Amino acid sequence: MSDPVILFFILGLIAGLTRSDLKIPGVLYESLSIFLLLAIGLKGGAALAQNNPGELLAPILVVTLTAMLVPILAFLIAFYVGGYGRADAGSLAAHYGSVSVVTFAVGSSYLTRLSVPFEGFMSVFLVILEIPGLLIGVALARWSASNTRWGVLMHEILTGKSIVLLVGGLIIGYVSGEQGLASISPVFFTLFKGLLAIFLLEMGLVTAGRVADLKKSGLFLITFGVVMPLMAASIGLVTASLLDLSVGGATLLATLFASASYIAAPAAIRMAVPEANPSISIGASLGITFPFNITLGIPLYYAASQWLLGASV
Amino acid sequence: MTSRLSVRKLITVICESCLEEPITSAAKDIGARGYTVSDARGSGAHGLRDGSWPENANIRIEILCDESTATRILDLLVDTYYPHYTLVTFVTDVGVLRPEKFQHQAPPHSS
Repeated sequence: MSDPVILFFILGLIAGLTRSDLKIPGVLYESLSIFLLLAIGLKGGAALAQNNPGELLAPILVVTLTAMLVPILAFLIAFYVGGYGRADAGSLAAHYGSVSVVTFAVGSSYLTRLSVPFEGFMSVFLVILEIPGLLIGVALARWSASNTRWGVLMHEILTGKSIVLLVGGLIIGYVSGEQGLASISPVFFTLFKGLLAIFLLEMGLVTAGRVADLKKSGLFLITFGVVMPLMAASIGLVTASLLDLSVGGATLLATLFASASYIAAPAAIRMAVPEANPSISIGASLGITFPFNITLGIPLYYAASQWLLGASV
Repeated sequence: MTSRLSVRKLITVICESCLEEPITSAAKDIGARGYTVSDARGSGAHGLRDGSWPENANIRIEILCDESTATRILDLLVDTYYPHYTLVTFVTDVGVLRPEKFQHQAPPHSS
């Protein structure tokens, strides 16, 4: 585990836990997240330009359907096993049903470091999977409530910066193609890992700030934060084998299924399900699942993909 | 100099940044003519909110208005946002120049 980007995360975590005065300015965090979202979108768009996008329709449908199992499973576990109310269980479902862009970025950087190829269109799945999990989570949280403002919620999700930048990047990348992007690739592709490292330093600091939430929330949530991604990753791996993805592609799909949102989901849920306690779902997704996925989860999903798909190749 | 000042209410709301849009647009609908928003950091019942993570930062909304508008804005905050959101509100009397700028204004879409 000598991937430097992970070590940056650990450095941030240690700095946060030891109450260092290290702080990443908010504007830098915003700038880096804009950069990461655009870079991932552009890369996916350029890869898409080499495929026939029509061929992706069936895989997109399959992935969307199987991904819907994740928030439903998360809700049932949080509601029946964890004993959470409908609002908090729905909020957890939305966070785990949606995806984390940075976890995806760490996953692709992990595969690149090992020289494992993966399908370039994986970032299309990243865009697609942002939305349905959130909607299912909100629907489960507000099952009997009649005053859900779905229009406002859809606006919040579709015009949120992650969707705008990812979809925008995909389209720009698709229209420009690999050659067209050559002029901007030093910024978006050559610098990618270094900037991801600085972003992860900040994520380490932020994660350290959630530790206090976890102390309050107890054993169930900590277990949930580890078991839920493992179950979701298994669904992702089965889906990947149905779709005949490569080992790299399967690893990334499992990573996407396992990842929990901590940017798009908290913002949308805070407005759509205000009665849910944000420190429960952010504590689990950011305090447990994110560090678990980027340190242990991704290598594990890679090993599982090799075991599951390697034999059949 | 003080004789040129008129008394108006200054409402200060310190809240989660996600409430910026809903509160400011509701205040304008009620009849406030404007508002000022700034980033805020601090510590309180919900622990330290140091603003280092923008997704989870605090803001300060300031609204200058007349008393009846202030009352209606406070009612809205108490009814709609106090039950589930983190916010602190306080109101002070302040002296302003050009008081007509802070007088209730009927929102454009009502008659």
